[in-house]
Amino acid sequence: MPEIYADSDILRILRSVKTIALVGASAKWQRPSYFAMKYLQTKGYRVLPINPGLAGQEILGETVYASLADTPGPFEMVDVFRNSAAAMGVTEDAIALASEKGIRVIWMQLGVENPEAAALARAAGLEVIMDRCPKIEFGRLNAELSWGGFDSGVITARRRRV
Amino acid sequence: MTRRKTPEYGFETRMVHAGAQPEPVTGARQTPIFQNTSYVFHDADDAASLFNLQSFGFIYSRLTNPTVAVLEERLASLEGGRGTTCTASGHSAQLLVFFALMEPGDRFVASNRLYGGSVTQFGKTFRKFDWQCDFADFEDPEAIRTAIGPKTKAIFCEALANPGGVVTDLEAVAQIAREAGLPLIVDNTMATPFLCRPIEWGADVVLHSTTKFLSGNGTSMGGAMVDSGLFDWSAVQDRFPGLAAPEPAYHGLNFHESFGDMALTMHGHAIGLRDLGPTMAPMNAFQTLLGIESLAMRMRRHCENAQIVADFLDGHERVAWVRYAGLRDNPYHALATKYLENGFGSVFTFGVKGGYEAGLKVVEGCTLFSHLANIGDARSLILHPASTTHRQLTPEQRDVAGAGDDVIRLSIGVETPEDLIRDLDHALSS
Ligand SMILES: Cc1ncc(COP(=O)(O)O)c(C=O)c1O
Repeated sequence: MPEIYADSDILRILRSVKTIALVGASAKWQRPSYFAMKYLQTKGYRVLPINPGLAGQEILGETVYASLADTPGPFEMVDVFRNSAAAMGVTEDAIALASEKGIRVIWMQLGVENPEAAALARAAGLEVIMDRCPKIEFGRLNAELSWGGFDSGVITARRRRV
Repeated sequence: MTRRKTPEYGFETRMVHAGAQPEPVTGARQTPIFQNTSYVFHDADDAASLFNLQSFGFIYSRLTNPTVAVLEERLASLEGGRGTTCTASGHSAQLLVFFALMEPGDRFVASNRLYGGSVTQFGKTFRKFDWQCDFADFEDPEAIRTAIGPKTKAIFCEALANPGGVVTDLEAVAQIAREAGLPLIVDNTMATPFLCRPIEWGADVVLHSTTKFLSGNGTSMGGAMVDSGLFDWSAVQDRFPGLAAPEPAYHGLNFHESFGDMALTMHGHAIGLRDLGPTMAPMNAFQTLLGIESLAMRMRRHCENAQIVADFLDGHERVAWVRYAGLRDNPYHALATKYLENGFGSVFTFGVKGGYEAGLKVVEGCTLFSHLANIGDARSLILHPASTTHRQLTPEQRDVAGAGDDVIRLSIGVETPEDLIRDLDHALSS
């Protein structure tokens, strides 16, 4: 069963986070992780790309790091652009580094789900979102996804502040 | 992939609100008509991101427009889909979906009971693209299976077919499509999402001529392609290169890889509308949004009136037969009860004793029913399909489509039903 998150929780996370470590970053512009990084940057987030194969290179103006441990903090959120199995290792690293780097949220991408890792992270006091994309969620909850003709699921008669 | 969870809000609430938040800059409550072609970029990087599809936003109204986008989101919500691409007409929505799925030499299987214009588009005009349509009897599962070959890319039918009142066994057809690894495309124009939501029965893509009940007043042409987001375009390698292979018209972008369950809707705008050009006008989107605000109330009334008129005709001495799924002895009554909620639709056919000539006399004898080629208007409409909408078809095709020589098609409006009965009775008796 996919987990269900309240829109208000997702908004709170997206509003409180400033820096995101993106594990599984790609330098290829067609890759979803590149799309997400670029979009999140334009929305004011600092995104720190992580990919051991590309360590030392630059993606979208940011230096690529080999691991979470190598990435200079603080970053409040870890965005997991790896497969579901690999999400466990990333989560264990994030828990170990949580206080040093200021990590509060583990966010697993669309299609990435690891309930054991989620339980571990929650037991360590971290917040977890699985099987969602922060780009799509940001767009959805700020009425931008709607511009593309997608169902945001948002119904409201309140006027948004711009 | 899983079917979406039931939405938090009811149909009528979404009919009025989905996609339409108050406009944030001015606070305007009704959706503004963005009668506008192009949109200012913040800077060069913003422009580059938009052109690369890396951010959401507007470039040029051939691709997307804020008013049209409200309609798109509303239709996606009402049909239970992921996203929608609106088009200039129902026919261009059909063009758009096949343009995404088909390569030259490819084929698709369609029901032989379709709106006549679709039969002509599929059977004749699409051949210029080297797309072949194999028509099959969708009441015979074996006929559908036999028609599927290695080049087949999709299966197409109408939920409730125009004009025959034929109800398709959507679950059975969806099962055949799933077994063959093909998307099921359902034209839901006649039923509207208030009566039937094909995605709930296994359809992958739902099409509309919004010209009909959705706009509801006969004011605005329009079409829509609603994608469920549930079909896996990459499951079989090279089957859908338009969606799941590097796209030469977009620097080698693979839509399915980059956009996941949003791939078809992105393709509809970024390739379909961008390169073929059948964009819905903002004013038409606005008129259609107004229409949808009263969809449930109108459809209830359309269906109630249709039942009253069908019952009347069924007992009329000059009438040879009535084909309306709401009549208990209709062969589609059981399927209609399964697939349609809130009513049996408002379009149906009947035959006048005396055939072709007698039929034309009835059409010409009406003074309240409008003699024209459309359906789904607030006004009641009457037509002789064999000499009009289904004229391009062969006599055999007309018979199968339920549009033979003696057939008269009615699209029952929302008027006072006694007035409709009086008009028909007068035309039948003179
Ligand atoms: C069932 C059905 N599908 C498609 C169409 C084509 O739509 P449009 O006329 O908006 O192009 C029609 C139009 O009559 C229709 O009745």
